[in-house]
Amino acid sequence: MSILLDNDSRIVVQGLTGSAGSFHAQQCIAYGSKIVAGVTPGKGGTTHLDVPVRDTVTDAVSKDGANVSLIFVPPPFAADAILEAAGSGIGLIICITEGIPVLDMARVKKVLGEMAAAGNPVRLVGPNCPGVITPGQCKAGIMPGYIHKPGPIGVVSRSGTLTYEAVWQLTSQGLGQSTVVGIGGDPIAGSNHTDILRLFEDDPETSGVVMIGEIGGTAEEEAARFFKENMSKPVFSFIAGKTAPPGRRMGHAGAIVEGGSGTHEGKTKALSAAGIHMIENLSMIGVTVAKHAKELVA
Amino acid sequence: MKLLEYEAKDLFRAKGIAVPPTGGTIRDLKQLAGALKRAGKAPWVIKAQVLAGGRGKAGGVKLAKTPAEAKAVAKMILGMTLISPQTGPKGVLVREVLVDRATDIDRELYLSIVLDRREGRPAIIASAEGGVEIEKLAHERPEAILREPIDPIRGVEDWQARRVGFALGLKPEQIGPFVKMLKQLSRVFIDQDANMVEVNPLVVTKKGDLIALDAKMATDDNAYYRHPEFAKREDLEATALDKEAKKVGINYIELDGNIGCLVNGAGLAMATMDTVSLAGGSPANFLDVGGGANADQVTRAFQIILKDKRVKAVLVNIFGGIMKCTTIAEGVITATKRVGLKLPLVVRLEGTQVEEGKALLTKSGIKLIQADSLWDAAQKAVAAVKNLPEEPAKNGAAKKGKAAGNLVPAARPQRKTSGGQK
Repeated sequence: MSILLDNDSRIVVQGLTGSAGSFHAQQCIAYGSKIVAGVTPGKGGTTHLDVPVRDTVTDAVSKDGANVSLIFVPPPFAADAILEAAGSGIGLIICITEGIPVLDMARVKKVLGEMAAAGNPVRLVGPNCPGVITPGQCKAGIMPGYIHKPGPIGVVSRSGTLTYEAVWQLTSQGLGQSTVVGIGGDPIAGSNHTDILRLFEDDPETSGVVMIGEIGGTAEEEAARFFKENMSKPVFSFIAGKTAPPGRRMGHAGAIVEGGSGTHEGKTKALSAAGIHMIENLSMIGVTVAKHAKELVA
Repeated sequence: MKLLEYEAKDLFRAKGIAVPPTGGTIRDLKQLAGALKRAGKAPWVIKAQVLAGGRGKAGGVKLAKTPAEAKAVAKMILGMTLISPQTGPKGVLVREVLVDRATDIDRELYLSIVLDRREGRPAIIASAEGGVEIEKLAHERPEAILREPIDPIRGVEDWQARRVGFALGLKPEQIGPFVKMLKQLSRVFIDQDANMVEVNPLVVTKKGDLIALDAKMATDDNAYYRHPEFAKREDLEATALDKEAKKVGINYIELDGNIGCLVNGAGLAMATMDTVSLAGGSPANFLDVGGGANADQVTRAFQIILKDKRVKAVLVNIFGGIMKCTTIAEGVITATKRVGLKLPLVVRLEGTQVEEGKALLTKSGIKLIQADSLWDAAQKAVAAVKNLPEEPAKNGAAKKGKAAGNLVPAARPQRKTSGGQK
């Protein structure tokens, strides 16, 4: 199995004809992902990268059977693009766009919350993330495909290149990945660590999880609570930002220690108290998971 | 970006939120008399306009009963180096002061709107105990703090504002004005794309009026395309180097150490700093070179890193994802030659065509130290700094060099790395 993406995922790329959308869609196609349509309002009826371009996501759903949306729309229009996908019956939305105003995301969250309450749950991953990949089956994002390998380890992370680093170490140790999920570095994200941990816990193909966190917010602390109360699979965690000065945003809009909250120390304490394997040295992720291979749920 | 008190108060005033009568800000004593006149009758409050909190205790806020007192106080505060727990030990230079008319105070309350990351929406934070540090209060007596979520589309509803007002112990006749104030505050938050607006204290005067005595605000950098006035504003927390980097699309934050870090990706850049520190070294900066780690961008990154004269070695850590390691290696080689790098250079490449990339680095003849993992790279960079020859001692150069290392340029905002904090 895996989570979120598999061989049946049919992707519509919103912003396919833009430079980022175009480049990365090509890479996804080369990996074997089924990109079934692109959406660029006003360019409906044309083709790009041999993929049909539609004016609306609704067309991509009805004409091309899209069930996943991958978004590369620029920040001022990205929140609307997410809502369009959600309103058009797409069940999984992956938003790569970096730089969406946080209040736009608050509004998106509210609408998605109301949809879920009405019995139409939509899963949003991102924004400001590298995307999702189920190695060997489907890549919907900007990550380099070749570093991955199919296998039993789930990976969830707030950072892009840090995820590649972790994945590469796992692959180098012969440990493949079930699915790798970049949840993004923004203060308000569609999915948090806990949401993805829950999916990995329920996925029979995942036997352990690597969780890459960073300073800012309380997502890691909440994940610690969830792990303690609900998880049987081992979780390994690295938290970036131990040496980050308080009050400064470290690249990601959400990576900031504010008013004493979101600290590296607080997160590390909460995670290790919950029983999660903490990895202090980034270069040791692969070997640490390999060392604990016996704990991985068969 | 954080706004200064007077900037936030100007936005409050524009929305009809009561703030004290003001004479505006001054940077020179010559402007004082005019400011006092504009503010109205004595007494006045002279307030240092810096971004750090804890100004009062640090001597940056003073009451003046006569024009002579005002002059003495303004003279003292203007140009002072204000040191509070939030500025770090080096403090910040006070370049301007706000001259407000003093307000008589019956009660002090706390009121703010912040982004509740967990709930994914804004929330009102209020307390009947104003004037205190809210984080401290939240820690010591969480029951003294009220929290009320806000709909990010509709803003605060009347009933929510009433509920907060009554919970704060306001008198029935004060509820109407409070509801109006809180609703307007939420308009400021939403219309300005704020991350935080804080009124601490919100005072109730002896006459029973509500006045925002102080104001703090932080805005969302991502929303600047719809707020060109903020985009034009100077970032008071950024150093000259921070700003230069921003112009060329490099995410850079100056730190206090001596190992310059050049990394692709924000998370990996942070983790690189952590690893340098774990290896016993001290990072000189956070630097995310962005997605395109090509020769031009790496050259710019080198140039920025090398402008920090405390840097004694440079660590390049690049994970070649979609971009091949050979391309990155060529970029590093070209950039190194262009800037004429003399300092020890440790390079760690990983990803597509890493062996070919490493071979290119070796073949280039550039003096550099290659590393296999980040940990290896960090250890090698730390060792390179330790093995550097002492500064030349002749002609007093060593003394001069040492002094330069300790000198802090006045315009350099102060910060500390969390390495030393608990």
